[in-house]
Amino acid sequence: MTTTARDTVLGRIRDALALAPAPAPAVPRAYRTGRTLPDAERLALLTHRLLDYKARVHPCTRDRTAEVIAEVLREHGARRVGVPAGLDERWLGAYDGEVRPDSADIPAPSLGELDGVVTSSAVSCAETGTIFLDGSPDQGRRALSLVPDLHVCVVDLSTVVVGVPEAVARLVPERPTTLISGPSATSDIELERVEGVHGPRTLAVVIRTDA
Amino acid sequence: MRIGLFATCLGDTLFPEAVKSTAVLLARLGHDVVFPPGQTCCGQMHVNTGYQREPVPLVRNFAEQFGDASIDAVVMPSGSCAGSVRHQHEIVAARYGDAALRAGVATVKAKTYELSELLVDVLDVTEVGAYFPHRVTYHPTCHSLRMLRVGDKPLRLLRAVEGIDLVELPEADACCGFGGTFAVKNADTSTAMLQDKMRNVTATKAQVCTAGDSSCLMHIGGGLSRIRSGTRTLHLAQILGSTRTAPYALTEAAR
Amino acid sequence: MSTFLGMPATPPRSPYGTGNLRGERKFPKAAHDELRNEQLRRNLGRATHTIRAKRIAVTGELPDWEELRDAGSAVKTDTMHRLPELLEELERKVTECGGTVHWARDGVEANEIVTRLVRATGSRDVIKVKSMATQEIGLNEHLEAAGITPYETDLAELIVQLAHDKPSHILVPAIHRNRDEIRQIFLDGIPGVDPGLDNVPAHLAAAARAYLREKFMTTKVAVSGANFAIAETGTLSVVESEGNGRMCLTLPDTLITVMGIEKVLPRYQDLEVFLQLLPRSSTGERMNPYTSMWTGVTPGDGPQDFHLVLLDNGRTAALADAIGRTALNCIRCSACLNVCPVYERAGGHAYGSTYPGPIGAVLTPQLAGMHAAKDDPNSSLPYASSLCGACFDACPVKIDIPSLLVELRHQNTEQAGTTAEKLAMKAAAAVMKRPTLYTAAQKAASLSRAVGVGGRDRTISHLPAPLDGWSDSRDTAAPPRQSFRSWLASAEGAATMRAAAEEGARRTDDDHQEEQ
Repeated sequence: MTTTARDTVLGRIRDALALAPAPAPAVPRAYRTGRTLPDAERLALLTHRLLDYKARVHPCTRDRTAEVIAEVLREHGARRVGVPAGLDERWLGAYDGEVRPDSADIPAPSLGELDGVVTSSAVSCAETGTIFLDGSPDQGRRALSLVPDLHVCVVDLSTVVVGVPEAVARLVPERPTTLISGPSATSDIELERVEGVHGPRTLAVVIRTDA
Repeated sequence: MRIGLFATCLGDTLFPEAVKSTAVLLARLGHDVVFPPGQTCCGQMHVNTGYQREPVPLVRNFAEQFGDASIDAVVMPSGSCAGSVRHQHEIVAARYGDAALRAGVATVKAKTYELSELLVDVLDVTEVGAYFPHRVTYHPTCHSLRMLRVGDKPLRLLRAVEGIDLVELPEADACCGFGGTFAVKNADTSTAMLQDKMRNVTATKAQVCTAGDSSCLMHIGGGLSRIRSGTRTLHLAQILGSTRTAPYALTEAAR
Repeated sequence: MSTFLGMPATPPRSPYGTGNLRGERKFPKAAHDELRNEQLRRNLGRATHTIRAKRIAVTGELPDWEELRDAGSAVKTDTMHRLPELLEELERKVTECGGTVHWARDGVEANEIVTRLVRATGSRDVIKVKSMATQEIGLNEHLEAAGITPYETDLAELIVQLAHDKPSHILVPAIHRNRDEIRQIFLDGIPGVDPGLDNVPAHLAAAARAYLREKFMTTKVAVSGANFAIAETGTLSVVESEGNGRMCLTLPDTLITVMGIEKVLPRYQDLEVFLQLLPRSSTGERMNPYTSMWTGVTPGDGPQDFHLVLLDNGRTAALADAIGRTALNCIRCSACLNVCPVYERAGGHAYGSTYPGPIGAVLTPQLAGMHAAKDDPNSSLPYASSLCGACFDACPVKIDIPSLLVELRHQNTEQAGTTAEKLAMKAAAAVMKRPTLYTAAQKAASLSRAVGVGGRDRTISHLPAPLDGWSDSRDTAAPPRQSFRSWLASAEGAATMRAAAEEGARRTDDDHQEEQ
C-alpha cells in the first residue's frame, strides 16, 4: 500500500504537535465590532477615505441616480458601457450612449471594447474606503468590473457600514467577492504610489443618499 | 530602602565610573546601598550568543547573591543586563536548572530594576539634585526601550537636571549596531549602523551623548573617538551623579 | 511508520524543505559585499523610511490596534494547534464547491503537481500572481525546464524576472532597484517597448500594463499563492494592489493556487482581523486596492477549473518546535523587514533565502535546517540581528522574533558540537562563576594598562582577530586603573560612600521636617 502525500503531511503535523504539545489558546476579540454612526458621518468618512485613495466621489439623492450616472459617464467620454444583467435599468435612463448588458458567453477580452462599466455594490466600509462586490445580479461577474478602464460603482448609503468587522459580517462567504479601495495602484517603484495599473484606472463612486 | 547594587561585569571591570555614580547617587538619596561581593556576571553574553548551559552557574550565582530578603530591590546601570535578569534567567533556569534555581530566579526577577526604573517607579523621584551645565543628547538603548519598556523615564530624569541643555537625538530609537557579539560576528553591518548613529549624534552638536547602558556607550564612544568627534559619551548615572558641590569635570573629547 | 509494542515511540521529526531556502554564502560575507553597493543602500534607506512612516500613521489611527494584534496572534496560534482538522475541513469545503485539492510533501512534489496540471490544459504559458510559496519552491525554474513559460504579472516580480534577478523583499521584491535601473530593465526586456520611455514611475507602470494586457487576455492558466484560506467555508483570498491578481484569478480557464499549510484560518469571521492587520502593516494603507475572495468554482464567473496545492516543505519540521513554531504565524506583511536596521543596510539578498529580514532569519533555518548542508549558510542567519527588538514591536501577529533568534542561536550551538567559541564561552563562564578567579582576571586587565596597553589617550585602536572587525572602526578604552569593587574596598571609596550617605541622611531628615 502506498502512502499518499495527504496522509504523510497530516501524519507529520500530528507528529509535530505530539512532539511539542500545547493547549490551544482562547482568542480574545476585544477589538471594536458592531459600531454604528449616523448617516451623515458614515457618508463623510467614506467620502474622505475614497478621495484619499484617489477615487472620484459623486454623492446624490436616490431620485437623481440616473442623471448623476449619465453625467459621470459623459465627463469621462464613455460612449459604450457594460452593465450587469441585473442592474436596475432605470439607472441608465438618462445616459445617451450605448448600453451593453453582460452575459457569461461574452469572452472576457471583448470587455476591453467597453469604455466603462456601471455596477451596484454589496457593502462598503467607511473607515477604509472599501467597496465590496459579491457577484449578485446587479454587480455581475468579476471580469466585468475589471477589464474596462472606468468603473462607475453605485453605493447606497444604507449599505455603508463603519468598520471592517461590520462589513465582513454582511458578506456571503460562498459568493466570489472583490474588495475595492480606490483605483488599482502600485508602489513597486521606490515605494512611490502610482494609481492605475491593471485594474480600472478610474474608479467613480456614486453614493446614493436620502436627501 | 536597602538596595543591592549589581555592577555588571562590564561596569565593574571597564566602566567603574558609571557604577560609582550609581552607588553615590543612591546613597545621596538616602538609601542603603549594598554590594554583594560574590557577584560577577549576569550571563547575557552567553545567552545572546546561543549558550544556555554554560551560564547556569552565573544565573545561580546572581540569584544567590541578590536573593536575600533583606535586599528590597536590585539595581544595575544597564538596560540590557536588567533585561537579561528579567527575561533570560527564567529561560535558562527552566531548561537547565532545578526547582530551587527556578524559584530563586523568580524571586530576584521580581525586584530587579534598571537605574531609571528604580528612580522613577520605585523611589518615585525625578529630581535627584543633579547639576550638569552641558549640551546633552540621549540615546535610548534598544533593551531599555523595547525589552524593559522604560519609556521616557530617563528623559524625565534628564529634564530635571539643573543647567542641562538637552537636545533631541534624530532617529533616537534606531539601534546603534552593538548587539554584543553581533558587532564582532557582523562587524560590517554593525559599522554601517554605527555610522548612521554617529551622524545623528554629531548633528545635535551635543558635548555628551548619554545612555543607560555602558555597552552601547562603549560602541558609540569607540566610534566617536575614532572619527575624532567632539562629542563624548557618558553614562546617565554620571550625569545624575554630578552636583553643584561635586560637578562632573567634562574634558574635551579627544580630537 | 511502525511502532513496537510496549515501547512509547517518539514521533519522528519531519524532513526539511527544498528550494530557495539557502544561500551560497554566510550572512556576514554576503552582507559585506552588499554593503559596498552605495546605490542599494540609498534605495533601501529611502524605501524603508518611507514605508515606516506610512505604517506608523495608519496603525496609529486605530485605537484598538493592540487588541487586533492580540486577536491575530491568538487566531494563528490556535490554528497551528488545530492544523490537521482545519486542513481536512478546508479540503472538504473546497472539494464540495468544485475545486480539487492536492497535497505536496515538499517543493519538488508541488512543482511536479503544478507542471502536470498545466500540461493537462495544453497551455505552454502561465500567468502568475506574486506568491512567496512558489518563489520558495522555485516553480518558475521548474516550469521553464518543462517547456512552460511563466509570466510574472506583479510589477516588482516582473522587474525581477526581466532582470534575471532575485527578489529582495517580501512585499516589494524589486525594492533594491531604483527608477533608472527599472527603466533600463524594461528597455532591455520588454519586446516592442517605446524606446523613448523615461524613468517616471507612472510611465514605467504604464509600460508594464501595455505589455501584460495581452498575456492576461490570452493565457489560459494562472498560478497564484494565497494570503488566507478559510477552513469553515473553503474560501481563498489574495490581497494585492495592481489588479494583476484579479486578472489572473478571474480571466483564465484554470487556476492553480499553491499555499503553505500554515495559511489556513479557522473561520470566515477571522478575516475581520486580518483584513485590518495585513494592509496597514504591509503597505501602510488602510486597505490595499484589491482583495479577491473565491470559494471553489462559481458557474459563469472566473476559472471553471480550480486546484489548490497544500504545501508542507519544512513547515511541519518548524511546527515540531514549541518555541520556533510561532514563526509559522507570519502573514508575510514585511513590516519587520522595513523596521530592521540590519535589513536596511544589508538588503534582502544577503539572507540567501526567499524569506529575508528578521522573519526570514527565524523562518528559513526552521524550514530548511541550520546544519543540513556543508558549512551551512543558514547557521549564520539567527546571528544576523543586533536583537534590537524593532521587529517584535512592528509584527501584527506579535511574533517575538528576538526571542526566537536567541532560541535558534541556542539550537545552533547545541547542534554545532565543540567549537572554539563554545570553549571560550565555557572558559569565560568558568572564570565568572568564581568570584576569586573573576577578581584575579580583573586585576590582570588593569595590569595590562600599567604595562602600556593602549596608545593615544589610553585607547586601543587595533585588536587581533576575531575582534579586528570591531577595531576597524571603533577605539576601545584601555581597562581602568581600578575596578569598581576595588575602588569600593579602598579608603577613597569608603570615604566617598560615607560622605554620600551623610548627605542622604541630611536629605532624609529635611524631607521629614518638611512633611511635619
